[in-house]
Amino acid sequence: MAPLIKIRDLYFNRGDKVIFSGVDIDIYQGKVTAIMGPSGTGKTTLLKLIGGQLKPDRGTVEVDGQNVHKLSHSKLYELRKRMGMLFQSGALLTDLNVFENVAFPLREHSRLPESMIRDLVLMKLQAVGLRNARDMMPAELSGGMARRVALARAVTLDPMMIMYDEPFTGQDPISMGTLVNLIRRINDAMGLTSIIVSHDVAETTKIADEIYLLSGGKVIEKGDPDTLKTSGSEWVKQFLQGLPDGPVPFHYPGNDFKNDLLNSKETQ
Amino acid sequence: MIELLRSLGRWGQNTFQRLGRGHLFLVQMLAGIPSSVFRFSLVIQQLFYVGVLSILIILISGLFVGMVLGLQGYNTLVDFGAEESLGVLVSLSLVRELGPVVSALLFAGRAGSALTAEIGLMKSTEQLSGMEMMAVDPMRRIIAPRFLAGLISMPLLAAIFSAVGIFGAFLVGHGLLGVDDGAFWSQMQAKTDWYEDILNGVIKSIVFGFVVTWIALFEGYDASPTSEGVGRATTRTVVHSAFAILGLDFVLTALMFGDV
Repeated sequence: MAPLIKIRDLYFNRGDKVIFSGVDIDIYQGKVTAIMGPSGTGKTTLLKLIGGQLKPDRGTVEVDGQNVHKLSHSKLYELRKRMGMLFQSGALLTDLNVFENVAFPLREHSRLPESMIRDLVLMKLQAVGLRNARDMMPAELSGGMARRVALARAVTLDPMMIMYDEPFTGQDPISMGTLVNLIRRINDAMGLTSIIVSHDVAETTKIADEIYLLSGGKVIEKGDPDTLKTSGSEWVKQFLQGLPDGPVPFHYPGNDFKNDLLNSKETQ
Repeated sequence: MIELLRSLGRWGQNTFQRLGRGHLFLVQMLAGIPSSVFRFSLVIQQLFYVGVLSILIILISGLFVGMVLGLQGYNTLVDFGAEESLGVLVSLSLVRELGPVVSALLFAGRAGSALTAEIGLMKSTEQLSGMEMMAVDPMRRIIAPRFLAGLISMPLLAAIFSAVGIFGAFLVGHGLLGVDDGAFWSQMQAKTDWYEDILNGVIKSIVFGFVVTWIALFEGYDASPTSEGVGRATTRTVVHSAFAILGLDFVLTALMFGDV
């Protein structure tokens, strides 16, 4: 089976900082694929590259057989209609209420009658359990609720895939559990392809079919959660078990501590 | 020395990059205008925020500027026994200069800064990014309607400013200082030319509306997505708009009334 998203030989720099140097990733249809790695490894950047919001320095990103960065403006926008994305902050439109936020993509891209828009929006809100919160404004929602509204909005156009940017960060245990279930349920019920970018090991390994571990601009390891748990790599062990020191040092690299203390000239 | 040259070079590079981005932004914004003409409800909504909400400050400022003009003008003219020409003095200075310039400065402070802050915050809360990923072009959906609204509001606000200003001068001139009202209005009508004065004033206000709204929207769109970044962008909008208005006013006045 050909992958839905095929990333080949991806290079991307931000200023002098290397974010990706030769990354290959395949994401298959119907699967929940997680991209994991420590903060600052460019996980969000990867989603922006897939969505065509950033251009790579080298390499290709193909979504459904189309090279994202070779598409014209209108073709890219057509493709994006079939991509959903859940931002870390939710990115809800603050001047619209919950209902209008979920209705937004429908109003922009379709000429459906008002009654049908209402039904569709209520169905999506029902799926995330917030049908009765439809008149609330984004400022009145808790972080978990905002993310669920954003999830309802991301699936309004029935996309073929959905990208989650750190969906579990800053959630209380109840909303965390709700979100984890929702992501898996929505993926399977709608036949979606999901990409989760996260560094929450416990939650992600619960629902992912395949995990890519990124560090230092490269894919360190890939495989299903069980394979990774038994991996012999020190790095993978450190990351999955959350050990403070190991191949990824606890201290930001730089001067030696002893030298720093003895060398007090800098501070004077 | 080398360090100084280096920072000078960096400053120059940044300035030109920003200029380039600003003009690219203008092109994209203009390309988005046709679609907002077809969805005029978005423009009308913005006309309310940008135009209608600026009316109060324009009315009050216009009234006081006109009253001061009436007072000062009278004091000067009365020495020459020409106080009946107060109407001409007031109307020409308002319609040609003060109306477009002062209302544009007020517009930059009231509506321009609000636009920058709004767009800047939308950027920093990823709303613009979110729209792009929903296949909605923010240039068409957010920027272009606001630009059109600014372009339409500005000449109307300048006209209101001038009209209220003339009324304020009349209140002071006729009501307080006893200038003959017939002379006030008839001389004004005789000496204020439709094309030479009023139309040129309107052209000025359209140009100012164009530039101020462009600066405000670009600053918001280009702001670094932090609270400090949005704050700085808002300040820059007001400062750059003021420079642009006053500089362009000189150029336009020289072209329109210069006879050089």
